[in-house]
Amino acid sequence: MDTKPEFKPGTFLYAGKASALETVGLANPRDWSPTDDDWKLPADWKGIVREGMAERLQRFRSFKLFMDICVRCGACADKCHFFIGSGDPKNMPVLRAELIRSIYRGEMKTAGKILGKLAGGRKLTEDVIKEWFYYFYQCTECRRCSVFCPYGIDTAEITIIAREILNLLGTNIDWIASPVANCFMTGNHLGLKPHTFKENIEYLLDDIEEYVGVKIEPSFNRKGAEILFVTPSGDVFAEPGIFTLMGYLMLFDHIGLDYTWSTYASEGGNFGFFTSHEMMKRLNAKMYAESKRLGVKWILGGECGHMWRVVHQYMDTLNGPADWLEQPINPLTGTRFENAASTKMVHITEFTADLIKNNKLKLDPSQNDHIIPTFHDSCNTSRGMGMLEEPRYVLNNVCNNFVDMAPQVIRENTFCCGSGSGLNAGEYLEMRFRGGLPRANAVKRVHEDHGVNMLSCVCAIDRAVFPALMDYWVPGVGVCGVSELVANALVMEGQGEREYNLRGEENPSYKPPAEDEASAEAGEEGEE
Amino acid sequence: MKLKTLLAKHKSALISRWVDAIVETYPSETAKFLKNKKDQFSNPVGHTIVSETKNLFDQVLEGVDREKVTPFLDRIIRIRAIQEFTPSQAISFVFSLKYLIREIVGPEIDTEDLDQELVDLEAALDFMALVAFDIYMSCREQVYDIRAKEVQQNAFLLLKRANLLVEKPGPKPEDS
Repeated sequence: MDTKPEFKPGTFLYAGKASALETVGLANPRDWSPTDDDWKLPADWKGIVREGMAERLQRFRSFKLFMDICVRCGACADKCHFFIGSGDPKNMPVLRAELIRSIYRGEMKTAGKILGKLAGGRKLTEDVIKEWFYYFYQCTECRRCSVFCPYGIDTAEITIIAREILNLLGTNIDWIASPVANCFMTGNHLGLKPHTFKENIEYLLDDIEEYVGVKIEPSFNRKGAEILFVTPSGDVFAEPGIFTLMGYLMLFDHIGLDYTWSTYASEGGNFGFFTSHEMMKRLNAKMYAESKRLGVKWILGGECGHMWRVVHQYMDTLNGPADWLEQPINPLTGTRFENAASTKMVHITEFTADLIKNNKLKLDPSQNDHIIPTFHDSCNTSRGMGMLEEPRYVLNNVCNNFVDMAPQVIRENTFCCGSGSGLNAGEYLEMRFRGGLPRANAVKRVHEDHGVNMLSCVCAIDRAVFPALMDYWVPGVGVCGVSELVANALVMEGQGEREYNLRGEENPSYKPPAEDEASAEAGEEGEE
Repeated sequence: MKLKTLLAKHKSALISRWVDAIVETYPSETAKFLKNKKDQFSNPVGHTIVSETKNLFDQVLEGVDREKVTPFLDRIIRIRAIQEFTPSQAISFVFSLKYLIREIVGPEIDTEDLDQELVDLEAALDFMALVAFDIYMSCREQVYDIRAKEVQQNAFLLLKRANLLVEKPGPKPEDS
């Protein structure tokens, strides 16, 4: 506990900008850096921490329980990807939690106040705050450790509360604070204005027309559509996320879905979740508000991780009940999504799996024959909402070569990408490489044993961070969303020759029409 | 090459002590985990250290060849290059083997009068350390390259629309 963290480049995150904090009214906006000696904490910072902790011990029974019940059995100790990859013992979940538990004992419990270290307590100092900042922004809230805890202690919830308390002092990170401010002002993390959001999608529609030969004309902000579609904004501007978004556009066109995009609810992700419960609620509110304004029946959501943790576990009680919406029913198959009865929001992969199960898609999986994909279970969709079978079902129907990784590192045992919960910043690359090592190691095994050359996933942060992780640890493995592979296999009505994939690259699995067919077609054209 | 016969005789002791030496560069709680947890997925770092030291030791017996030792060294150094080590700490494990050989096989080297062979072997290990340094540097350079590439990818479409990217090769009108 006594070793102070050293803030070396590559292993800490930049401080939240004052302007971002001011935009959303977060505490103590100022210019500072974690490398400064003086963090410019508020004058009564100790009182703020004590009060903040006391309030949360009252509000969240889980937090109170998790502070009291750990018996230090060590079951969680070696389950954290950051511990495994960094070798830093304070990343053992039990020890990371101890960073705050020791203050709880030393500042809030009689025995700890009197006996100090003897009762496992310690006093609050500025170094403790620096240590919290270092280690609670080194936990991705992935919950893998909670799977192994015999008491069910969810260390993610401890990190969530610790970050809330850090936010009371204004000790937060810019990679979270700026997206939060952007999202609050314009609806999405990058701050894309409505016209830019729309133009970006139109740009991708042009690409679809060029590579697939199909002209698609989706609607934006259309009142009276049956379904509102919301996806992480990373899919609108980042590579390879944009190819996943092209996949959504093609899928919806293929089935003639009555849906609309919103340029206001233009972000599925919610970095408010990594700030405080209140901020999560504020940013999440736009999804339901927009569904009400547009008068849709239900909401369909794109491939994202933490977005689904918020939707599945918080949205209904934060901003619901959305009694203007109906329980989602797939208009093509009649399937009633019982799991979404309360939230009224369905995951695109559940939706696609249902379409395939009911033979509503015309698929040619051989278009993906050059791809040997494996699948990364996003922590939030697997441990957070139990979506384990659907992605595999979809992949097995749109590809002929799907290979799963080892059982101990998939499904609810999945290893985090190492960059979730707002840690996907460029300045944090080395720490992310440490955190992502166990996942990359498992990919490397299937790459070497089975020739896997594509890591598919259903999370926008995964798509953003895996290319770097693969380049370093497993060169030769690409990254894509599941919906991109779906689109590759879709046989679109009126499509041209699929010589190129959605990335504009030559498609190695493309088979030119047989010669007699080609000449027959040429003959027909000639007759015309 | 009597010395290599001696090394082969003490192979398991040398490798085991070499693994210890590497593992002990980590904090004690971590060292325990790295040594005891055997599963390659649950303990990729420990697993890599154990398997690659064996491979490297075989290379030392065979004669250190840059191409042959590179993949084995790379697997260990790639990890240490992004962990909490200075450059010298990251590659110091190569030198550990020199000291361990003197410690474990030293008395027999003296008895058998194999000093010259020891000098040659140590020169080979020094060469392996130089290769290790090259690998360390290439890993670090890769980290910076990847960081630059990621910045571009994260705003790919915006940069592309602003004509700030060189177009990727795609279908040309005459091809379609």
